[in-house]
Amino acid sequence: MSNIKQNASEEAEFAKPLYTPIKRRSFFMYAGATAGATALLLSGCDDDDNEIVTPNGTVNLGSGDVGVLNYAYALEQLEAAFYAQVKATPAADFSTLEKDYFNQVAAHEAIHRDFFKAAINRDAPGQIIPGLTPIFTSIDFTKRASVLATAKTFEDLGVAAYNGAGKYLKTPAYLVIAGQIVSVEARHAAYVRDLISPGSFADDSIIDANGLDKAMEPVDVVTAAQSFIKEKLDASRVGK
Amino acid sequence: MNILRIIEQLSEVDADVLGRFDSRRAVFKSLGNTAKMGALAAAPVFVSSLFSKAYGQTTTPSVVEVLNYALTLELLEEDYYKKMTAAGRVPAGVAAGAIATILKHETAHVKLLSDTIRALNGTPVTNVKFKTSAFPADYPTQLVVAQALEDTGVRAYKGQAGNLLGKMAGTTSLLQVALQIHSVEARHAAHIRTMRMQAPWIPASDSNLPAPLGPVYTGTIREDNVIQSNVNITSQLGTPYSANDAAASFDEILTMAEVLDASRAGGFVQG
Repeated sequence: MSNIKQNASEEAEFAKPLYTPIKRRSFFMYAGATAGATALLLSGCDDDDNEIVTPNGTVNLGSGDVGVLNYAYALEQLEAAFYAQVKATPAADFSTLEKDYFNQVAAHEAIHRDFFKAAINRDAPGQIIPGLTPIFTSIDFTKRASVLATAKTFEDLGVAAYNGAGKYLKTPAYLVIAGQIVSVEARHAAYVRDLISPGSFADDSIIDANGLDKAMEPVDVVTAAQSFIKEKLDASRVGK
Repeated sequence: MNILRIIEQLSEVDADVLGRFDSRRAVFKSLGNTAKMGALAAAPVFVSSLFSKAYGQTTTPSVVEVLNYALTLELLEEDYYKKMTAAGRVPAGVAAGAIATILKHETAHVKLLSDTIRALNGTPVTNVKFKTSAFPADYPTQLVVAQALEDTGVRAYKGQAGNLLGKMAGTTSLLQVALQIHSVEARHAAHIRTMRMQAPWIPASDSNLPAPLGPVYTGTIREDNVIQSNVNITSQLGTPYSANDAAASFDEILTMAEVLDASRAGGFVQG
């Protein structure tokens, strides 16, 4: 970058190497997800004064875009663990169709979790949070009602979390990914709500008079989710 | 990273690469200025926007244009549900209640977007109506079109998120407001889909449906896509996942031009 010459012959100079061969694969690397730019942006947010897990066991989600990605990864870990249990020990009073649909939801959430893990490790090596330990003692997985109530909490919270975190992302490609996931979470939320009470997919308890879904700040979401996670999470610098 | 080398290499597989940027001279001039100002920290952001400009939509719409586009879709939906209510085919009970809930939200979105556009000194679009000749007489087909409108809306809002990044109206993040509408549209879509005995999310097979639904799930990026951010979800996550789960776990965007095409929402607007 510092070698750029400021003179009138610059175009002639740049024209010369335009025929250097390139592998198709590299092209997609550059044009696809602006991966190179992203990696630089993330490394710029690296904080050497911040450990990911502090001596007292607190998990620091980090700052900047990688903080938002870690935050999403934490929530997806929680949801994936929950639905994995629902799938492994389905409530006896679930219908066959409900079981099938919850198996699909379990796959969606596991995919989200694994995707974030892969993306963070690729774009921000060394900055990913560890695997978290869920606490599901308050949930009776043998009862449909208990499972549905928890699913509703997690899905509505997930939607509000993504809605509130989008504005903290600086990389457009990540914002699009977050948008691609949040609408799937909203579909899950609507489905679960309708199972609890038909027609409650978007009722006044969750949608305001302006027709808006909830949006929550990272620290508030973590406070709401903390009782389900053993490790203490610090979201205070997410997106900052 | 050497931006010049990247552009060189791109030109090898894409002869038009330099034409995609504003102009060669302008690109190199602004690169030079960036370097001169010593704003190297900003360079990755600059590079990123350079490429999304070159390979994304050709021109970036203004905030008011984006909001008027959203308003157009909301007016279309609002009028559709008004027509659906007036036609009197929706069964009383949960079904009628759901349509009333959805109509209430679309009306609220119309007002919110119109007010916001005015606050930004813009002129909100008005008088967008659902094409009378395209309105279905029977209830099952009315639900098909409702699903088409809702799932199109979800894809449309998602497609504009990047254009609202960092955009404010006073202290309000317009991106956040758009996301808060976007997830409501997704809730509507999920419910309408279940009224039709469909999965609340979008299975890969929907991309192969006949019109009017098929085109809703196609486009430059189809809803049966399984590659996200260069990661093949079915094969590159350690655990293998089915193509259907991979497709359904991520919704996809539609561009403004795709949404307004006659094969999608554009075809439903009264001329």
